[in-house]
Amino acid sequence: MRKIDPRLVLAIAAAGLVMALWLVLMSAIVWSTLDAPERLAVGDVLAPRTVLVAMGWLLGLFLVAVTLHMLHRRYVGDPHRLIEKIRVVVTATTPQQLTPRGTAEMQAMARAVNELAAQRDQLRGDVAEQVARASLRVQQEKNRLAALMAELNQSVVVCNREGRILLYNQRARQQFRQLSQGAGAAAGAELIGIGRSIYAVLDQQLVAHALERIHQALGRGVATPSAQFVTTTQGGHLLRVQVAPVRESVPPGEGEAPEGLQTVSGLVLMLDDVTASVQEEAERDQLMHGLTEGSRASLANIQAAVDMLGYADLEPAMRERFLGVVRDEVGAMGRRINDLAHRATQRLKTRWPMEDMLGADLVTAAQRRIAQHCDRPVTLDAIDTSLWLKVDSYTLLLALTYLAHRLVDEFEVRFLQLRLQGTATHAQLDLVWSGQAMSNETVMSWEMDAMRFGSERSPLTVRDVVERHGGEMWFERERARHQAFFRFMLPLASVQGVVDAELGESEYSRPEYYDFDLFKMADQSSALDDRPLSELTYTVFDTETTGLNPADGDAIIQIGAARIVNGKLLRQECFDQLVDPGRRIPAASIPIHGITDDMVVGKPGIAQVLPLFHAYAQDTVLVAHNAAFDMRFLQLQEEASGVAFHQPVLDTLLLSAVVHPQQESHRLEAIAERFNVTVLGRHTALGDALVTAEIWLRLIPLLQEQGIHTLRQAREAAQKTYYARLKY
Amino acid sequence: MTTKILIADDEPNIVISLEYLLQREGYTVLVARDGQEALDTIAREQPALVLLDVMMPHKTGFEVCQAVRADEALQGTKILMLTAKGRETDVAKGMALGANAYMTKPFSTRELVQKVAELLGETSA
Repeated sequence: MRKIDPRLVLAIAAAGLVMALWLVLMSAIVWSTLDAPERLAVGDVLAPRTVLVAMGWLLGLFLVAVTLHMLHRRYVGDPHRLIEKIRVVVTATTPQQLTPRGTAEMQAMARAVNELAAQRDQLRGDVAEQVARASLRVQQEKNRLAALMAELNQSVVVCNREGRILLYNQRARQQFRQLSQGAGAAAGAELIGIGRSIYAVLDQQLVAHALERIHQALGRGVATPSAQFVTTTQGGHLLRVQVAPVRESVPPGEGEAPEGLQTVSGLVLMLDDVTASVQEEAERDQLMHGLTEGSRASLANIQAAVDMLGYADLEPAMRERFLGVVRDEVGAMGRRINDLAHRATQRLKTRWPMEDMLGADLVTAAQRRIAQHCDRPVTLDAIDTSLWLKVDSYTLLLALTYLAHRLVDEFEVRFLQLRLQGTATHAQLDLVWSGQAMSNETVMSWEMDAMRFGSERSPLTVRDVVERHGGEMWFERERARHQAFFRFMLPLASVQGVVDAELGESEYSRPEYYDFDLFKMADQSSALDDRPLSELTYTVFDTETTGLNPADGDAIIQIGAARIVNGKLLRQECFDQLVDPGRRIPAASIPIHGITDDMVVGKPGIAQVLPLFHAYAQDTVLVAHNAAFDMRFLQLQEEASGVAFHQPVLDTLLLSAVVHPQQESHRLEAIAERFNVTVLGRHTALGDALVTAEIWLRLIPLLQEQGIHTLRQAREAAQKTYYARLKY
Repeated sequence: MTTKILIADDEPNIVISLEYLLQREGYTVLVARDGQEALDTIAREQPALVLLDVMMPHKTGFEVCQAVRADEALQGTKILMLTAKGRETDVAKGMALGANAYMTKPFSTRELVQKVAELLGETSA
């Protein structure tokens, strides 16, 4: 069905009007030549035949309309269709030819366009060849780098400033596969993949914090800054993550980027699963702790009793009591040691590995964070800039900010101050304030509450943080100065290790590879709806089903999907999964999809597959051909699978109709043929998904030609098309 | 009237010895088994010195120490903290919160007696 051109309707109406006017005019001329009796006679003759005249006019009009319609098709419709096809040729990236059709002139035009296209293709071929030759060397270098990374026994992930992954090695893939909940279909591809957010696996704030510390180090002029942190994954694994910046070289003449912020274009993350080693260390630590602290009390009791037994004038009853104490405590110590030996093999509280950090950096970071969260000025006083601390800065800053927040919130403290001084063995970090007096109980109870302020929530308490550092914390008053403070005793870093890390190597020791396109990808924070179609990440998918009516029990038997990131189809990160529909597959449908009952036996059910697919499609726009059909199958499973697909959805069928309103068919094969896309594995879910993806990539530039640039515009255009009015 | 000393410790095995020892030295000995009881006893009896254990039920020694130092009427009370927690940070905390001295378990009873006498001697002097 095509729309009727309004211009055609207008032309026919005009012709009808002209014919009617002509008739009236002729009649008027004839009438004017007649005398009265003739006029009377003619009137008598014509009056009963008015209908005949009208019929004659209508017949004439019909003949004119048919002629106009034929002419319109030949001289307006055909050129219109030709224009659409020419547009395809204009935007096509592979050579394409028009089939000459219609009038001789049209055929000649088509041939002329073909010649032009051929010339362009040849020129483009030449350019492409030169570019290919030029980029071959770059590619070789990249390959060498990739090979190097692949060989590494450590998992490495490179991402841009927004946390989008641009590069990862095999080892990282393996590691994420272990962390992945499901197996098979995506094999970790739902967690790690080009263009995916690293924040699916790592806490964004931890990475942001690491980045901030790198900026601090860069600001100090450290040649090779890096930061590390330890985090837990959903499965309870401990990951140690080392973060190093990828720096962008500032082209000469553009001036220095301010504060180093602009010069970091991405991050290299090296991930280590330290679960086992940390656990081991923690157990040893616990054992040590139990032996020292636990035994001290017993030893004290024994020693005191033994001292008493030494008195010569001891009466027998007391003597017996002191001996009782000794026996009792010796027994208790024996039991304790047995117990510790036993518990050493069990899992104990984990100990957090600490990082070395310049005390002044920590204080500056705390100052900024507190000022930002509490909206109060924070001054620095008596900062010993030579101190190196061994801390878990993320949780420590959380604790400081949390305490400051409560002070401001509950006691309206106006000014805060930070102090940092060293003692022989520790560093004292003070959070100082002056103002209203408060009871010790109130303030000390804060250290036992889970830290919560603004949007930040942590299951940890200040006490946990202090214990993690093996330090202490208390509340103290300075009556003379009308001040009070929280004092944190924090461990110092051993100076040796610090100095080694600080000694900068030459700038050239770092391999330079900044040519990954995603480094330049814009900030992704703006809403999806307003972002250009060419920048979005898509999950293009297709399903095979037992039939067409999900409401009547038809079910999904296969899901296939591929990702498009930064305008590239990533064939190596596909999703391909057969699904046990929990019912027989109708024989009539088998020739279409080629999936038999035997093939789905033992495959996971839809309730297991959909959560995996949901994770795979996270943060992307869904694309499917005739998407409404697939979406209905997904939506009917929302309850059973516990996942809902709220992503924006684009339909290549509707958008093809937007681009080519004049074409007869918008079936997948027809569009594929129009775009010269090779169809492989038609009617397997993955095969169709890949074809749909290729089509979508070709539709994007055509939509842009029509002024459709953003996701919002594409969705609105799709809704307006004629096809959108059909209900599935 | 003899000098009053309070022993605040939840472990009877140390209390037996300390009580015996200090009574031999001629002090009047009071005993408290937890932090709250210790605070109550200090307020009621106003002992000259408290041997304060850190790890006690209800209120820790740190809390007791802080509460005593916050009370103007009890400023004269000497506090000697006894604890199995031997880390520098614990010592620093105890001293910061107002303890007069700090001894880590195990300790020799002779040193303890000396320390007690020393602390009490300061008052009379």
